[in-house]
Amino acid sequence: MRFDIILAGVGGQGVLSVSAVIAAAAMQQGLHVKQSEVHGMSQRGGAVLAHLRLGDRPIASDLVPRGRASLILSMEPLESLRYLEFLSPEGTVITSVNPVKNITDYPPLDEVLDRVRRLPHAVLVDGEKLAKAAGSHRATNMVLVGAASEVLPLEASALERCIADRFAAKGAKTVDTNLAAFRAGREAARS
Amino acid sequence: MSDRVLLGDEAVALAAIHAGITAAYAYPGTPSTEIMEFLRVEHERRGGPRAEWCTNEKTALENALGVAFVGGRAMVSMKHVGLNVAADPFMNAALVAPHGGLVVVVADDPGMHSSQNEQDTRYYGDFARVLTLEPSDQQEAYDMTREAFDLSERFRLPVLLRLVTRLAHARAIVRVREPRTPNAIRKSDSPNSWILLPANARRQWRALLERQPELVAYGEASAFNTLTPGSAAVPAVITTGIAKNYFLENVDDLPERPWHLHIGTYPVAPSLVARLLEAVPRALVLEDGYPFVERQLRGLAPSRYEILGRESGHLALDGELTPDTVRQALGLEVAPAVTVHDGPLPNRPPQLCAGCPHGDTYAALKQALAHFGDAAVTSDIGCYTLGALPPYGAIESCVCMGASVGMAKGAADAGYHPAVAVIGDSTFLHSGITGLIDAVAANANMTLLILDNETVGMTGGQPTMLPSSRLKDVVLGVGVPPERVHVLSAHPRQTAANAEILRGELAHDGLSVVILVRECIETARTHKQAGAKTIPVTAAP
Ligand code: SF4
Repeated sequence: MRFDIILAGVGGQGVLSVSAVIAAAAMQQGLHVKQSEVHGMSQRGGAVLAHLRLGDRPIASDLVPRGRASLILSMEPLESLRYLEFLSPEGTVITSVNPVKNITDYPPLDEVLDRVRRLPHAVLVDGEKLAKAAGSHRATNMVLVGAASEVLPLEASALERCIADRFAAKGAKTVDTNLAAFRAGREAARS
Repeated sequence: MSDRVLLGDEAVALAAIHAGITAAYAYPGTPSTEIMEFLRVEHERRGGPRAEWCTNEKTALENALGVAFVGGRAMVSMKHVGLNVAADPFMNAALVAPHGGLVVVVADDPGMHSSQNEQDTRYYGDFARVLTLEPSDQQEAYDMTREAFDLSERFRLPVLLRLVTRLAHARAIVRVREPRTPNAIRKSDSPNSWILLPANARRQWRALLERQPELVAYGEASAFNTLTPGSAAVPAVITTGIAKNYFLENVDDLPERPWHLHIGTYPVAPSLVARLLEAVPRALVLEDGYPFVERQLRGLAPSRYEILGRESGHLALDGELTPDTVRQALGLEVAPAVTVHDGPLPNRPPQLCAGCPHGDTYAALKQALAHFGDAAVTSDIGCYTLGALPPYGAIESCVCMGASVGMAKGAADAGYHPAVAVIGDSTFLHSGITGLIDAVAANANMTLLILDNETVGMTGGQPTMLPSSRLKDVVLGVGVPPERVHVLSAHPRQTAANAEILRGELAHDGLSVVILVRECIETARTHKQAGAKTIPVTAAP
């Protein structure tokens, strides 16, 4: 089994937390993991891309080869379209519908969402709305993890454990908010 | 001992602690920053060895050299261009025969994710005639760092460890070993080796050259270099560092498994190369960086061997390797991706954070400059370099740390007016002060703007070496006339007033310095969140 993920978003959206939670859950399940992060310049509000590879055999490359990603998981709709050359024809794009319009030539949002919907396998979730309902807009990235849990080769319970671990230091309320966000995302991806 | 999940950078840091370092030093720079970040956390929270940020890479290396001078183990870490700054102590450290292990970790940035060039540090190892180790994964980053300290003491030379972005910033499971106790502190028994007067230096240089065959012998025997037989019907493959992973990613799709030499240590072991080329006279060299091994193997004289790589056109001359470029070089098709027929997407380049103080300074500068003809605005390395992009378009150069100051003086000397240099506080301390002293000595007709955000912003908010309140004293101390020094608040409400003051200084015939102060909003937020908690580890002065 090999499950390659491209994580996309805009610097500051918490892409690395998403990667860390999924990687931790995969390791708990005894999978091999390679997790390539982005630090430095692009974190300043630019397009960010992280690679996450899961497999039941050792993984050589830190980077996902083109055409092999099973999933593009994006925090932002325009960014969900940026790395399609990595997506396998059977792969899924899961993205939040909430745009980050920090550029002047951002296309009309409807056009962007349309382009996503036209992909063979696309799931759109209103990350911000679900996160707010769960308790904080800052949990948007955990909504996305929840939505991804539907296609990840991982147990939802393992992901929940890792979310709880990750936010434990910030108190029970933050843990609950992030778990609720995760469940809301999972629910939304199902419907 | 247990397994840990670590970034490549963190594996290096942990290995240094386990190797028994007495101290580590660094200047922040992507992709090396997380080495010192990790060491600082270990130091603050778990009583790990001394771990300090320094003013620049040269002072960092000199601090480390001093630890080795008295027999301790020391590590210094930096990004690739940092070694240019530290090149003087580095080259000479190769001659002093340290008895305390000295490891110089340099993280290269092929593909220039966060850098102004993609220079390859392996040339420096060759230049200084020292050993260079290049890990292929996080485990090797740990193992090689441990070994580098032993090798440094065995061969009595600094050992260079070369990382690249993708290794430094990828996480994997690392198996760690028992820590070793730090060295006892004692000076060398051959004190003259440290005094590089010509007579000593000639002796030390000869001794270093005489040790070269031992370094080659180390490479011949090292388990970090592996020769794996394969089919003689297809070109052999030579990999270095992480290129091995991209090769292994694709090898199962090849009709026949080629002979494979992996190189993890330099100087390159010649007998391994000879055995490979005797088996197959044609080899593809895969290396992330310059065609360093490729050039060595091809040489200039005609040869019966055929060496393929970047310079033969099998791979691009520039940019980082990827599993796909390697795949194509191996003659394999890249896997088809999902097909879409939509047009291109707008780019999303990095930009200043909303509310960044630099944005307000640039607004004031542009207002002030509107009163003059064509100005020359040089700048430097940091978040504020993003002021070159829209909507600011406020600066015209970014070359190397500190260059803005000397370049503005040069432009002024050549008759350009107004000549303006824009530099951040940390970059000013790193390499701008010396340029300012030149400008003072010549009373250059230029204006220096120091953008004081009270942190090293671009690399994530490390402390600057002097608190912001002392910058003015530094400027006055080197002799800028007090009436030509202003300290202003880079607050949006002040933009018009700041523009007026800048306008006056731009018009002034001579040197002026304007310090624009407001904390980086990212570190301000971190400080607020940290509140009155314990000492912030990475983001406090
Ligand atoms: S990190 Fe700080 S200095 Fe850098 S762009 Fe953001 S606010 Fe400005």
